Amino acid sequence: MCTGRIDLAHVIRAFTNGTDGVFIGGCRLNECNYITHGNFYALNMVLLCKKMMEHIGINPERLRIEFMSSGEGNLFAEVVDHFVKTVKDIGPLGKSEGLDENGLKVNLEAITGLIPYIRLVESERLKGHFTTLEEYQEFYSSVEFDRLFKELIADKLAISRIILLLREKALSTGEISEVLGLSPSEISKHLSNSAKLGLVRYDESRKRFASV
Amino acid sequence: MEDKCTGCTVCVEYCPAKYPDKFNQDLSKNKAIHIYYSQAIPLITYIDESCLYLKEKKCRICEAVCKNEAIDFSQTEKKMEIKVGAVVLAPGYEPFDPGAREDYGYGKFKNVITSMDYERLTDSTGPYEGQVLRPSDLKHPQKVAWIQCVGSRQVNPPGGNSYCSSVCCTYTQKQVILTKEHSPDAECTVFHNDIRSYGKDFERFYQRAEDLPGVQFIRSYVSVVKEDPETKNVTLKYATNDDGVREEEFDLVVLSVGLNPPADFKGLADKFGIELNEHGFCKTDPGNPMQTSRPGLLISGAFQGPVDIPESVVSASGAGSQCGELLNYRRGDLSTERIYPPERDVSLEEPRIGVFVCHCGANIGRVVDVPSTVDYCLTLPNVVYAQEQLFSCATNSAEEITEKIKEQGLNRVIVAACSPRTLEMLFRDTLRQAGLNQYYYEMANIREHCSWVHPKEKDEATQKSKDIIRMAVARTRFLEPLTEIDLPVDKRALVVGGGLAGMTCALSIAAQGHEVYLVEKDPELGGTARKIHDTLDGTDVQAYLREVIGKIYKNPLVHVYTDANITENTGYIGNFITRLKVGDRTAELKHGATVIATGADIYTPTEYLYGEDDRVLTHLELEEKIAEEDEKVINSQSLVMIQCVGCRNEERNYCSRICCNESVKNALKLKEKNPQMDIYILFRDMRTYGYNEDYYRLASEKDVKFIRYEPDEEPLVEAAEGEDRPVLRVTLPDYVLGKKLEIDADIVTLAAAVIPSAGTREIESIFKVGLNQDGFFKEAHVKLRPVEFAAEGIYLCGLAHYPKLISETISQAYGAAGRVLTLLSNDTVTASGSICEVEENSCISCGACIAACSYGAIEFRETELGIKAFVNPVLCKGDGLCNAMCPTGAIQLKHFTDEELLSQIDAATSEEEVVDEVETVV
Repeated sequence: MCTGRIDLAHVIRAFTNGTDGVFIGGCRLNECNYITHGNFYALNMVLLCKKMMEHIGINPERLRIEFMSSGEGNLFAEVVDHFVKTVKDIGPLGKSEGLDENGLKVNLEAITGLIPYIRLVESERLKGHFTTLEEYQEFYSSVEFDRLFKELIADKLAISRIILLLREKALSTGEISEVLGLSPSEISKHLSNSAKLGLVRYDESRKRFASV
Repeated sequence: MEDKCTGCTVCVEYCPAKYPDKFNQDLSKNKAIHIYYSQAIPLITYIDESCLYLKEKKCRICEAVCKNEAIDFSQTEKKMEIKVGAVVLAPGYEPFDPGAREDYGYGKFKNVITSMDYERLTDSTGPYEGQVLRPSDLKHPQKVAWIQCVGSRQVNPPGGNSYCSSVCCTYTQKQVILTKEHSPDAECTVFHNDIRSYGKDFERFYQRAEDLPGVQFIRSYVSVVKEDPETKNVTLKYATNDDGVREEEFDLVVLSVGLNPPADFKGLADKFGIELNEHGFCKTDPGNPMQTSRPGLLISGAFQGPVDIPESVVSASGAGSQCGELLNYRRGDLSTERIYPPERDVSLEEPRIGVFVCHCGANIGRVVDVPSTVDYCLTLPNVVYAQEQLFSCATNSAEEITEKIKEQGLNRVIVAACSPRTLEMLFRDTLRQAGLNQYYYEMANIREHCSWVHPKEKDEATQKSKDIIRMAVARTRFLEPLTEIDLPVDKRALVVGGGLAGMTCALSIAAQGHEVYLVEKDPELGGTARKIHDTLDGTDVQAYLREVIGKIYKNPLVHVYTDANITENTGYIGNFITRLKVGDRTAELKHGATVIATGADIYTPTEYLYGEDDRVLTHLELEEKIAEEDEKVINSQSLVMIQCVGCRNEERNYCSRICCNESVKNALKLKEKNPQMDIYILFRDMRTYGYNEDYYRLASEKDVKFIRYEPDEEPLVEAAEGEDRPVLRVTLPDYVLGKKLEIDADIVTLAAAVIPSAGTREIESIFKVGLNQDGFFKEAHVKLRPVEFAAEGIYLCGLAHYPKLISETISQAYGAAGRVLTLLSNDTVTASGSICEVEENSCISCGACIAACSYGAIEFRETELGIKAFVNPVLCKGDGLCNAMCPTGAIQLKHFTDEELLSQIDAATSEEEVVDEVETVV
């Protein structure tokens, strides 16, 4: 098994279980002992996952990938010490980010639900093909990537978060905004689009949105 | 005692005798009882002569603390007699000792060290755990200088070696890169003669080092002047063309020492009755660099002279193949097959897990509370049995596990001990002995991942051990029995390319009883060697070639196809099918192994009037004319050779390796035939590495003039009228004199680059193998697997791999044959059970898995459910990239399924309950 086998689903599952930090250690880049260079797959997954974490209000520093050889025990210890300190400084998952338990749960569940879709767009449009860490970092922080991310993932993620929330009980725009940390105008936009698609309805009597 | 020691190193800790550690160049201390170094095999301790008991009959502490009774002070030297059919000598080399000479200040100035000392300083298992600290004050040096060619390429003063040690330029560049990684602000200066980056990818490596900020390569002789009495800094004196003579102070000076013959090389030669060459290395047959002067005695590695790691590994494999030739008639006589009991089908049983928690002597036990961990294991779901063991890896412990499996009806086993890297295979075997499928085994690493990193936090470490085991238990519940597939091996080999490499390889394979198909695209065998007449050491290449071709045609096991083109190759390791077109006919060959030996081409220059003026020749054309005794060439008054034509440039960023040797050889030949001729060799770096340095010196002595040029001021060649005759006028700057130099020549020859052969791309796509950046075939691993491709069952040798000398080609051809035999000598190959599999109902035929697979192991197939992805179990290597890409989870890496991994992730956080059924996420 290669680092590239580590799945977005595995990482999100760990956070869903309340894990405060996830660390992935892989072989050094461009030093694959096979021909696959699967650690770049893992790097892609991690950088995309960080982007989504940021989007749903989770500190992306909670996820870290580092590349080293089996002979670099010192480096491993150093990196892990640093990571543990970082995660301790950030504090417990959700609370430190100002997310309530339900909001955190809904946000992660929304990603989980989107994973099959993310894999499809990731393998087609959201993946970088470079040879250095710097190039990957540049790609994932580029304006172009932001545009693709918004177009392909961000809106879909927002809508599934709203729908998941409404499944529990009907809520007003303001209440949704409070739980998910999205602006009321953004929520209105998503709600009206979703209503058109028949995914949510407006309950006139209670002045609240509800899932269908 | 080797069979009792488990390498736990508790004895090392208690040993009171400290002495300088030879492995770390005496820079740090070690104990009298110790493991030689961290990758030693076997990885167990030994006692050396500094032991207090051996010296003064006291102490014996180690004996008392060893819980496995592995120390026996009554052992004495034993003499053994072993009957063998072949001997391989691999004594290696000895680094040059600069202390024997005064001129470098080694041993006198504290901060002058050798490259071997420095190598240990940069190593994480070195004296300061990877910190580079200079000897005088243990501070990080900020200004480091390397002096190249220490003890090499030196005739004066005596004490040095005349040859080039071949490896020092590149290892120094590695040390520079490491230094900059250790401390990015360090200033590194390398004082060098020629930079000899002649190996595969070495030129780029040199550029990588040179381009680092604060790194300077200075071409200058250098002398060690003095040591500052206060700071202990060292002053060096050197000269450059621009600034003249300078003195500069450095914090640390590293001597790039060369390679000497192994210690006691004379005694070794006497003992084995072999001859040595004039340098004290082994004298070998030019047509077979592994063959000593005595039949049946072979060598590998640096005993043949200075070689680097890949070449040592190649010659080791080549020596192996030749032992195979000698001993083929009794192959397999000493091997015994292991018989396992039939496998018990437990797939319908509830999981019954047994956990064995290892103390590892005191390694785990003194940090982790093992008894309480065992009690905890018994509370975990499906764990029906748990116990502690002193050393789980000891033979009696493995037997105990086998017994308990039977007695307790266990169907899954966890050993909580060390890293699976070393012992997983052993415990899998233990399960097989007990009639269980080996994939029902799981390892929980509570040593490297726990007791070793938390020695002072005992309670927390115990808790962590419990967590690790709980996770392992969670995963183990979902483990499935997997079958390893045994594939039959077709005993025949295909060798593509009938040059010297292909033929030598084919003969060695055939000598070990295997049929070989030898396929050549040209009408004749021989390849590039047909254009070479002799070598620098005087071998008659054409005579040798005729002899080899004769052997090929006489060998009934070698089937030759000339004028043959390969059109298709299918299959996999052990079972390939290759189709050929031979003239108008076609042929289909079945074989178990494939060797690619397709050779290389020579670049056709577009520079220096080549093709426009018939007085401009390539180096090989010159060789041909010398052999033909062409009067115009031999009687010319003046001849200029230009090196590095068509390589070491932007388009071909590599060194063609052979051209400096070729030009020196031609120059010497010409001087022999016409001593009056003026010969000029215009070079960038003379790369006559190894023993060929002696011929470079000889050419110099014979008044061949060597003039250096820089790539940004290449020589200019134009037709002109000389004093008495029409000439080719060569103009270039003279850096020593600082003026323009004009040479009137009758003939100009170009050292044209060696380039990948024309058919390389086609062969690449037919056999699905890789190329490097320069278009040469890419081996699986430069050092570990230098003659095989990443695709299994396919091997490589000769110029197709990279330009090389004839002796090196032969060495590599034997090396490839050796690797082929490790495959063909087996009746079956075993493919791992941990491979991917598609659940067809969930497959949506999106092709994401196919795109993710570098091995081409997945394809679409027509099934009853429509077109679905299918994994060829033989080609799948189990990396699982496809698994992470599949949108529906239809493709799963067995032994690492989502179910298994997610249950483990869940168990990491749920202290009390792991019983909840795992919902798969996708």
